[in-house]
Amino acid sequence: MNALLFNSALAIYSAATAVYLAFLVKPRDIFGRAAHWLISTGFLVHLIFTLNRFREAGHFPITNLHESLSFFSLAVIGVFIVCERRYHVFILGSFVTPLALLFLALSAGYPSDIMPLNPALKSGWLSIHTALAFLGYAAFAISFGVSIMYLIQSHYLKKKKLGALFQKLPPLDLLDEISYRCLTWGFPLLTFAIISGAIWAETAWGTYWSWDPKETWSLITWFVYAALLHGRLTTGWRGRKAAFLSILGFAILLFTFLGLNFLPPGLHSYK
Amino acid sequence: MNIIVVGLSHKTAGVEIREKVAFAPTQMEKPLRAVVALPDITEAVIVSTCNRVEIYATTRDVAGGMARLKRFLADYHKVDLELLEKHLYAYHGEDATRHVFRVAASLDSMVVGEPQILGQIKTSYGYAAEFKSSGVILNRFLHKAFSVAKRVRTETKIASSAVSVAFAAVELAKKIFGDLSDKVVLLVGAGEMCELAAKHFINSGVRGVMVTNRTFERAEKLAEEFDGKPVRFEELFDHLHKADIILSSTGAPHFIIKPKEVDEVIRRRKLKPMFFIDIAVPRDIDPKVNDVENVYLYTVDDLNGVVATNLEQRKIEAAKAEAIVEQEIGQFFKWLSSLEVTPTIVALRTRFDDVRRTELAKTLANWKDLPPDAEKKLESLTNAIMNKLLHQPTSILKKTDQGSRNELYVDALRQLFELEDTAPREALMEIEE
Repeated sequence: MNALLFNSALAIYSAATAVYLAFLVKPRDIFGRAAHWLISTGFLVHLIFTLNRFREAGHFPITNLHESLSFFSLAVIGVFIVCERRYHVFILGSFVTPLALLFLALSAGYPSDIMPLNPALKSGWLSIHTALAFLGYAAFAISFGVSIMYLIQSHYLKKKKLGALFQKLPPLDLLDEISYRCLTWGFPLLTFAIISGAIWAETAWGTYWSWDPKETWSLITWFVYAALLHGRLTTGWRGRKAAFLSILGFAILLFTFLGLNFLPPGLHSYK
Repeated sequence: MNIIVVGLSHKTAGVEIREKVAFAPTQMEKPLRAVVALPDITEAVIVSTCNRVEIYATTRDVAGGMARLKRFLADYHKVDLELLEKHLYAYHGEDATRHVFRVAASLDSMVVGEPQILGQIKTSYGYAAEFKSSGVILNRFLHKAFSVAKRVRTETKIASSAVSVAFAAVELAKKIFGDLSDKVVLLVGAGEMCELAAKHFINSGVRGVMVTNRTFERAEKLAEEFDGKPVRFEELFDHLHKADIILSSTGAPHFIIKPKEVDEVIRRRKLKPMFFIDIAVPRDIDPKVNDVENVYLYTVDDLNGVVATNLEQRKIEAAKAEAIVEQEIGQFFKWLSSLEVTPTIVALRTRFDDVRRTELAKTLANWKDLPPDAEKKLESLTNAIMNKLLHQPTSILKKTDQGSRNELYVDALRQLFELEDTAPREALMEIEE
């Protein structure tokens, strides 16, 4: 049953991504509507899969790479749907759904067996800490997609070569606004995730902070986004500078989330 | 029934001729009634814009109808017919249909893809409908033209980009700022093109306008015209940060706005984007200003470049639009020939039935001592013979997918059996419904 749900979500996301990419080439209304319908359906199936796995495992399904990549993908699509409804920027899907699809496809490559939970991790904090962190990540992922769109559009305007994408991409101001909104949602979520993680660490291992690589890199990620938000609010970093920093922030975030798994294991290792 | 078009446009006549034959849009009743009163003209629609004057009409007699419309145009406007004829074009059938579809889709316009023409044709059609000068055929004809124009608009990008410098500037501003309703435009200098561009920005709903000029009085005058605020030229840099869009066209021989100053201004604005448009020759703004973060500078050459790219794009889209037009012509003619078929069948049946009745009556009058039910039997016998004979031609005519062959059959039948145009307008209306 779970495999069927997972594969269905993967197939629907693939179809939605294909239609979003088609929309990028030919921005017909019908593509936009079809893509929106597909991605919403895919999200629903993916959500049912996640809830079903939660029920079967008896804990929040985010304890190995298969589960976390899948949940990351779910969160990205969820936040994307909210943004799409709020701002009516269908073309955002062309930049975000491939990312979500990639995460889900990667997730398929990792073992999907439900393993018993390490006793130290058996806590209500698991749900709170990870859900907050991944929702924050998802908001940053959207900001990343929007920032790429911003850089392309701003490149066209600066170079005065109004290429094929120029007409299709939204105005710079709107892209900047969406990116900013995502940061203002993502940053508090990440902050609370780190705080809740510290509290949980104290109850599990008796210490709030132990500087394991994941914690250290999470802090680095937090600092990058804190600097970006601070810059935006005080000196008004916006536009290209903000877009570059948002892309950098997401790259560090991805390293924190995935890259660290290839380094010597720490407390957060999924292996 | 044939559709004919007689008219002239910016392609065939200069403005001095066009203005002579133009119809006042508010006084269409008289000319429309006059056209439909012409012999052999059954329906008419007059389109009169600053770029074209055209009469669409329906007639059985193509050559006569066209000649009458030409004479009407000359007589109505008291212009010499010979002179007028040099500028007139006349189309019928498929060519007339292609013409109106192209006109409505803005493929025949001075600026291909401009949207005004469709509205103008709709207004003209509105007058024709109001004064009842259009009927089934022209109604359908123009509705089809509207739907072709809509298809062209949705399926091609023919009108998606600006083709004048002023509009290109507004379009670019919209791509930078999105909504312009909270943006302020600053005019530096008061050149003619700058004024024009400013008007376009005001029409796009900007929040405010500031004007500065070396002669303060000129700035004041222009500011008043735009309901804006005048700024002293010496105080330009004290106010520059308040402006989002800067249109510059002074007669200065050197750059008056330089990167260093813009860099300071943009910091003061907390990096909020600025859009500089330099229309002056020689230029007012140092091109290096474009390198400042979140600042976009376009010169008149850059804008011309944008317009040229857009025009090129329109040419590609126009080719797609022409293909749509060709496709739709076929569909319209299928309908038109089906319209011809029904009255012809009715007329043919009436003719046969008349003959049958007359001959039957003659026979019965000379025939004495008939058995009681013989009259009824003869009636049904002759009816059956007539129906059998007419069955084959009727069913062939009803196959509307034969295209031009249908017209041929209809014409042949009308001539062979001397069928008059027996279908009055009301009957055609019923068929239409």
